[in-house]
Amino acid sequence: MTLSTSQASADPPAAETRAFSLADARLPIAVTGAVVLAIVLVYTVGGRDPGLVTQSIVTGLLLGGVYALVSVGLTLIFGVLGIVNFAQGSMLTLAMFLVYVMGHSFGIPVYVATVVAIPIMFGFGWLVQLLLLNKLTISGNENGPLLITLGLSLLIVNVLLMVFGGRPLSVPGTVDGSFTVLGALVSYERLIAFGGALLVALLLTLALRKTSLGLAIRAVSSNSQGAALVGVNVGRIYALTFAIGSACVAVAGGLVAPFISLTPSVGEQFTILAFVIVVLGGLGSVVGATVGGLVIGLVQTVGALYLPGTGSLILVFAVFVLVLFFRPQGMFGAKQ
Amino acid sequence: MTILEVKGLVKSFSGLTAVNDINLEVREHEFLGIVGPNGAGKTTLFSLLSGQLPPSAGKVVFEGRDITGWSANKVAATGLVRTFQLMRPFESMSVLDNVAIASHARHRSRRAARRHALGVIERVQLERYVNSLSGSLPTAGLKRLELARALALEPRLLLLDEVLAGLVPAERAPMIELLRELHTDGVTVMLIEHIMTAVLALSERLLVMHEGAQLALGEPRAVVDDPVVIEAYLGEDYA
Repeated sequence: MTLSTSQASADPPAAETRAFSLADARLPIAVTGAVVLAIVLVYTVGGRDPGLVTQSIVTGLLLGGVYALVSVGLTLIFGVLGIVNFAQGSMLTLAMFLVYVMGHSFGIPVYVATVVAIPIMFGFGWLVQLLLLNKLTISGNENGPLLITLGLSLLIVNVLLMVFGGRPLSVPGTVDGSFTVLGALVSYERLIAFGGALLVALLLTLALRKTSLGLAIRAVSSNSQGAALVGVNVGRIYALTFAIGSACVAVAGGLVAPFISLTPSVGEQFTILAFVIVVLGGLGSVVGATVGGLVIGLVQTVGALYLPGTGSLILVFAVFVLVLFFRPQGMFGAKQ
Repeated sequence: MTILEVKGLVKSFSGLTAVNDINLEVREHEFLGIVGPNGAGKTTLFSLLSGQLPPSAGKVVFEGRDITGWSANKVAATGLVRTFQLMRPFESMSVLDNVAIASHARHRSRRAARRHALGVIERVQLERYVNSLSGSLPTAGLKRLELARALALEPRLLLLDEVLAGLVPAERAPMIELLRELHTDGVTVMLIEHIMTAVLALSERLLVMHEGAQLALGEPRAVVDDPVVIEAYLGEDYA
C-alpha cells in the first residue's frame, strides 16, 4: 500500500528577487522632492515675505521634531503590539507634570528632570502593559486594549486636573536665548528639543537593528506566535516595548515643557497629530514617524502663513488624505 | 528511557474533538513517524505538545517534567521544539537574524548567538542565503530555514510537521538525508509526513491517527499492512 500523495511543487521561480534597494532609495527621494518643491513654490509664487517663510520653515522643522518624538513611541507600540495607544498624549502630559513637580518642589533643572523622568515613565509603561494590557494583547483581542488605553487617558487627565487644577502652569527653562539662521530666529530650547528628538529616533533605530532585544522586538512584531516558538517571551517583549514607547514621551515631555503652557489637557493636541503622523509615515515604521513628524510640522507652520489660527490644521489633514489616497500604506509602510 | 510521555491527551474545539485520548511513550533517540488522513489531528497534537494550545484534558511529561499547560516559549526553551507545515519566517528579517533569535535561547551574547546561528545555517546548507531576506526564499529554502530555527534551539525532541511537503522529488532526498543525520546525532524525532516512502525509510515506529484518535502504533511495515489502517485511508471497499 502506498499513501504517498504526490505533491506538486509549489515553488515560485527561483529567480524571483525583489528590487529592495531600488524601492528603498526611491521613497526618500520622492518625499524630499515633494517637500522641497512645495517650499520652492511658497518662496516663488507664494506671495509672502521670504523672511517670514524662512522663519516658518525653521519653526516647523523644530516643531516637527517634537511631533516625531511623540509619534515614534506611538508607532513602535502599534507596530509590535497592534495596540492603538490612545493614552500616548496623556502620558506625554503626565511626563510634563513629572518634570514640573521635580522642578517646582525640588528645584531640579528641567533637563536633569527629563533624564529622571525617563526611567519613571519606562516603569509606568511597563506596569500598564503588564497589568492592564498583556492578557488581552496576547489573546489577540483588539478592542479591549483600545478601550483600556482610552480609559487610562481619561484617568490620567482627570487625576492631573484634580491635583493641579486647570490653570496653566509653566516650567522654567534653564537655557534662555536664541540665535539666527538665515535671518530666522531659533531658540536654544527648541533646538535642544529637536536634537533630542532626532537622537532618540536614531538610538531607537539602531537598537532595533543592532541589539538582541531589538531582534526579539522585530521578531515579535513580525510574527508573535513564531517568536514564542523559538523561545522568545512574548509577554516580556510586549511590556518592554510599551515601556520604551512611554520613555519616548518622557523625553518629549521634558524637552517640550520649557516652551509650552502646561495644562492637564495639553497632550491631546499631540495625540491627534501623532495619529496622523503615524498613519502618514506607515504604521510601525520608526523612520516613517520621524519623517512624518517633520513634514506635518512644516505643513502646520508654513500653512499658517495662509490659513491663520487652527486653519493650518485643515492643511495638515489635506496632506494626510492626499498621501493616503496615493499610498494607503503610508510613506514608509510595508505593502500589505 | 522515555523522553516524552503523553497520557489521555484530549483537545476539543466547541464540540469537535480534534485530538481524542492519545496515549504515547516516545523513547529517547527514537524516530517516530505520524501519519493519518487530513484532519486526523496530527498537527493539533503537535500544538498541544509544544504548548501552543492548552489541552482540554490529559498530561504531557517531557524528560520527567510535567509540562502540561506551559507557555510555548517555555516549552521551546526546555528542548521540545516544533516546526510548521506552513512556514512562518520573520519575513522582513534576514535568514541569519531569523535563526539568531532562536540561538538566543541558548546564547546570551549577540556575538555568540550569531556565531551559533551561522553554524546551524551551514548545517542545513543555507549559507548562500545568510543575508537574504527570509521572505524572498524559495519553498525549499523556507523549509530549511524552518528546520534551522528549530535546530538553533538545540532540541532534544524535534516535532517536524511535513518538512518534505512542497518539495520536488529532487529536493526531498537531501532533506531526508539531513533528517537521518540529525537523528544519528542523538535528536529524538517525531515526524508528521504524507510521503509514505520517506516515513517508512526513516521511522522506527509509526503512529496512525484517525479522527483525532490513535488507530495503530507499532513497527511501520506491520502498521501499514493493518486492515484497520487501510480502511481508514481508503474506505471499507479496499480493506
